[in-house]
Amino acid sequence: MATMLEVNGLNHRYGSGESEHVAVRDLTFTVETGQLACIVGPSGCGKSTLLRCISGLIRPSDGEVRLHGDEVDGVPEDLAVVFQDYSRSLFPWLSVRQNVEFPLRWKKLSRAERRERAVEALEWVGLPGVGNKYPWQLSGGMQQRVSIARALARRPALLLMDEPFASVDAQTRFELEDLLRTVQVKHGSTILLVTHDIDESVYLGDRVLVLSKSPASIVADLPVELPAERDQIATRASSAFVSMRSEVAKLLHGSGTAGPVTAEGAPAAEDAPEAEQARADLTEADAAEQANTAGEPASKPH
Amino acid sequence: MRPIYRNLAGLIAFLGVWEAAVRLGLINDQYVPPASVVLTRTVELLGQEDFLRDVIASMLAWAIAMLAAIGIAVPAGLLLGSLPGLRTATTAIVEFLRPIPSVALIPLAILVIGGGPESKIALAIYASVWPILYNTIYAFTEIDPLLIDTARSCGAKRGRVLASVALPHAAPFVFTGIRMSAAVALILVVSTEFIAGASTGIGRFILDATSGGGRMDLVLAGTIVAGLLGYLVNDGLERLGGRLFRWHAATTTEAV
Repeated sequence: MATMLEVNGLNHRYGSGESEHVAVRDLTFTVETGQLACIVGPSGCGKSTLLRCISGLIRPSDGEVRLHGDEVDGVPEDLAVVFQDYSRSLFPWLSVRQNVEFPLRWKKLSRAERRERAVEALEWVGLPGVGNKYPWQLSGGMQQRVSIARALARRPALLLMDEPFASVDAQTRFELEDLLRTVQVKHGSTILLVTHDIDESVYLGDRVLVLSKSPASIVADLPVELPAERDQIATRASSAFVSMRSEVAKLLHGSGTAGPVTAEGAPAAEDAPEAEQARADLTEADAAEQANTAGEPASKPH
Repeated sequence: MRPIYRNLAGLIAFLGVWEAAVRLGLINDQYVPPASVVLTRTVELLGQEDFLRDVIASMLAWAIAMLAAIGIAVPAGLLLGSLPGLRTATTAIVEFLRPIPSVALIPLAILVIGGGPESKIALAIYASVWPILYNTIYAFTEIDPLLIDTARSCGAKRGRVLASVALPHAAPFVFTGIRMSAAVALILVVSTEFIAGASTGIGRFILDATSGGGRMDLVLAGTIVAGLLGYLVNDGLERLGGRLFRWHAATTTEAV
């Protein structure tokens, strides 16, 4: 498998001198073409900073990011980002179709081709026939589907997603998670998804990268050994899922080494509360992180 | 439809109180004629060619002033809004000039520019530049950084972000500024006509009615017409804004 994304010795600092804050420290990892990699990390660990460095929105203090071999310097042509807050990320003055066409505005495409691509992308995310509506006329889950369609319309080599399902209700989140896997398998997309949600990272990923507390560095890089076809009920109940989830939770708690997976011997019921606790901790802390770093309102509870 | 009836009920009650207060002798009818008389005069005036000429003269000055103010304030606001350094450098002068009541500048304008229509137009431009300028600058500071990140992640460079995100985002704010300016410009036009003794205009009509034997019925009728014009302009712009910027009303909770 070819390597799509290479991150080498990435460092990012905000400020300087006394007030210097290291957000990301010496991160190195790769994402292979066609892979769906999830990054899961605790509070204020710099996940968003990492994603902004990879997407070329900010220039890292040190280190390099390579997309299919080319060094990232500014936003690459064939990269797309889906942000958590769909309501702030869709352009309210544009119709749904115009929003999806937005990244194509500066490509050498005819009006008809742009339109065709937008209609196609909306079909991929299960939203045919809403092109003439406005984003604010749609439900939250539908708005996030529009964001995903917009990202797909750009035909990205790499799709970055920053907590994409953290602001929708649980039922919608399940639907969107399955949609993402379906789209990814169908188009062979390469996706790097950042989340604070352990369950989500395991359920969605082909691979889970666990980050440490701030400054972010990689604690573990775990392949997800679950069948490619996933099911919200059966997969989440499977012992492979449960043991992996508890392993990630332990790593995130910083209880030290990955070690042999204790969950193998232990009944699932004992591990579940711990994982749930980790999830709750992370959710709270993550909201605080966002309020800190971006000055934006804390994410909606879910 | 119901709010309209309620608004009308308020107006009719006001006219009733006015009429009663004059008829009962609470207010001297030399100074304030009863509502029925003033309204009759108003209707009569609207049929008089001379008066309509005055109305047209005022409205023309108003329209020219509005166009000029938009032409000055929108580009200036865009420039100041997108260049924080320039904005900081000009804050002191803007904050000094803005609170000066424009009406206080009428004598200065008459001296410098003269008593012709140029005076009222210049003053109306000056007064209506501020709300537009302020709202345009404000629109830029209000822009959500996530929208800009989104545009950049879609491949938009700085100039394209300005054109494709900042401008559409600013449009409803600019429009609100224009709506506020429309009322201010009308006040300045009529006031200047009145104080400077312009050759035509609603202000001139009111001035004549005051000095020529104190025809208060005509003074008030002229005033009502000026108020009516202001109301119609504001209402028209409000409807237009509501239609053009439906997305803005739908996505913002605060009243503009």
